[in-house]
Amino acid sequence: MNLYERTRPRPLHDSLVMTVRSMRHSFREIDVLMIGIMMPVMLMLLMTVVFGGAMDVGAADYVDYVVPGVLLLCAGYGASLTAVSVTQDMAGGIVNRFRTMNVFPAAILFGHVSASLMRNIVSTALVIATALLIGFRPSAGPVEWFAIAGLMLLFIVALSWMSAVVGLIANHVETASAFGFFFVFLPYLSGAFVPVHTLPSWLQPIAEHQPITPIGETLRGLLFRTTIEQYGWIAVTWCGGILLVSAAVGAVLWRNRSG
Amino acid sequence: MDTDHIIEVSGLRKSFGATRVLDGIDFTVERSSVFALLGPNGAGKTTTVHILSTLIRPDGGTVRIDGHDVLREAAAVRSTMSLTGQFAAVDDLLTGRENLVMMAKLRQHRGAEVGRAVNAALERFDLVDAADKVVQEYSGGMRRKLDIAMSVVNRPKLLFLDEPTTGLDPHSRREAWTLVRELVDEGTTVFLTTQYLDEADHLADRVAVLDRGRIVAEGSPDDLKQRVGSDRIEVDYEDGSTRSVATDGSLASMRHALGLIEEETRAVAAIRVREASLDDAFLALTGKPAGSETPTNTGASR
Repeated sequence: MNLYERTRPRPLHDSLVMTVRSMRHSFREIDVLMIGIMMPVMLMLLMTVVFGGAMDVGAADYVDYVVPGVLLLCAGYGASLTAVSVTQDMAGGIVNRFRTMNVFPAAILFGHVSASLMRNIVSTALVIATALLIGFRPSAGPVEWFAIAGLMLLFIVALSWMSAVVGLIANHVETASAFGFFFVFLPYLSGAFVPVHTLPSWLQPIAEHQPITPIGETLRGLLFRTTIEQYGWIAVTWCGGILLVSAAVGAVLWRNRSG
Repeated sequence: MDTDHIIEVSGLRKSFGATRVLDGIDFTVERSSVFALLGPNGAGKTTTVHILSTLIRPDGGTVRIDGHDVLREAAAVRSTMSLTGQFAAVDDLLTGRENLVMMAKLRQHRGAEVGRAVNAALERFDLVDAADKVVQEYSGGMRRKLDIAMSVVNRPKLLFLDEPTTGLDPHSRREAWTLVRELVDEGTTVFLTTQYLDEADHLADRVAVLDRGRIVAEGSPDDLKQRVGSDRIEVDYEDGSTRSVATDGSLASMRHALGLIEEETRAVAAIRVREASLDDAFLALTGKPAGSETPTNTGASR
């Protein structure tokens, strides 16, 4: 009767099928997609054109200073939308259907993360283009741009996985979307928008030891070919750590959800 | 390995917290037949389906699907069966065709087979015209058809249908029944749950009545009807009240029944004999009408 007695999951194949599924979701919800892509551009303009005039961060133009922070803010916001799409998906009946099949379990989350990555690549490119239009003049060469792309991809993938895990934990879409606020808030408490030494003294240790500061400083160093010092490794460790912990927690949660 | 039975369940138990949902149930299902698990809300029907389809783990007892243990050989069980759950398991943001293609690919069809299997399913379920519409625009009946189509795109040996016609209009309901019959004619075994007695009566070869986590009766629809008397004499009185008396169809029992009616002094408006329905059987077996709620464990039928 069965054409194929399939008993072994195929991780790569299943993940690709789920990626196609999640990408289609992105394009079907065109309003959500537009907000997800345009919001970062708006944030970019807000931070530079509107606030930029009042900011004095030393010799550099504020637009040059703030771009790394806005990139992280936008990517964090974009990645946090993954939580909403995962929560929505878990509430529907189709996930139960997948569970009764020999589908590679992580493939569904993988699909959501891949779609998030694609959306964020587009919005990050638009944010950089916007920045260049309004006077952002980085001095990075091909090698630096390559490193910037790598770090941004790692950051987006790590935060998308973390967001997917939040989506598994959250029972309501509202809870999942509130999580986005946290990601948008974090860059403000770092050296991304204002130098750390200008923050109140009690806030400085927090700003120094949260992931956005080292990642932002690394981006800044790469964009303007200045010294990165220890920030490079700290940035990569933060992203790698978030990715590993999220993947592990996600795997456990997924297994435990089936009674 | 039992070759006649595709499902063998014995001593199946499951509790959620302090609520005992399944309290030791046993049954077997023959290949290429339709088996209906009939019971009110909260009886434990959905829990049973979820255990049989590897979604949740039983607390005790054994379940074998096509000879494979659901706990130790879950992967083999999953390749044998498909589940169409109580709430449509379709992807609302994809088109009907995209849903079916996704299922065919996940079920390991390859290349041109995917297109063939999908087109065959679209035609059989009368979804060709709606194939490229997003599922959000489908009617309830169309969603249910797509839901079943997605379950059978790989022609599984065993199909679980959890309340397949709940919420459907009468026309869609008839359509679903016809589809189930066709699948069985091709050799698929169908395990369905329902709270509708006419559905079990119409579709099932065997019926098990589940009430508060126990099977209170099992047999063919006719068997069950016979347990409460094969026929009933119904009397309408001129004052508008009615009375129903069971008989086994023999002359003696008919005479007895008519005697009971004659003893009443009220004027009789009409009298007729009708075959016992599963409703009568259900009332007699569980002490309450079909479809009534059991407040003790309503959370079970998720």
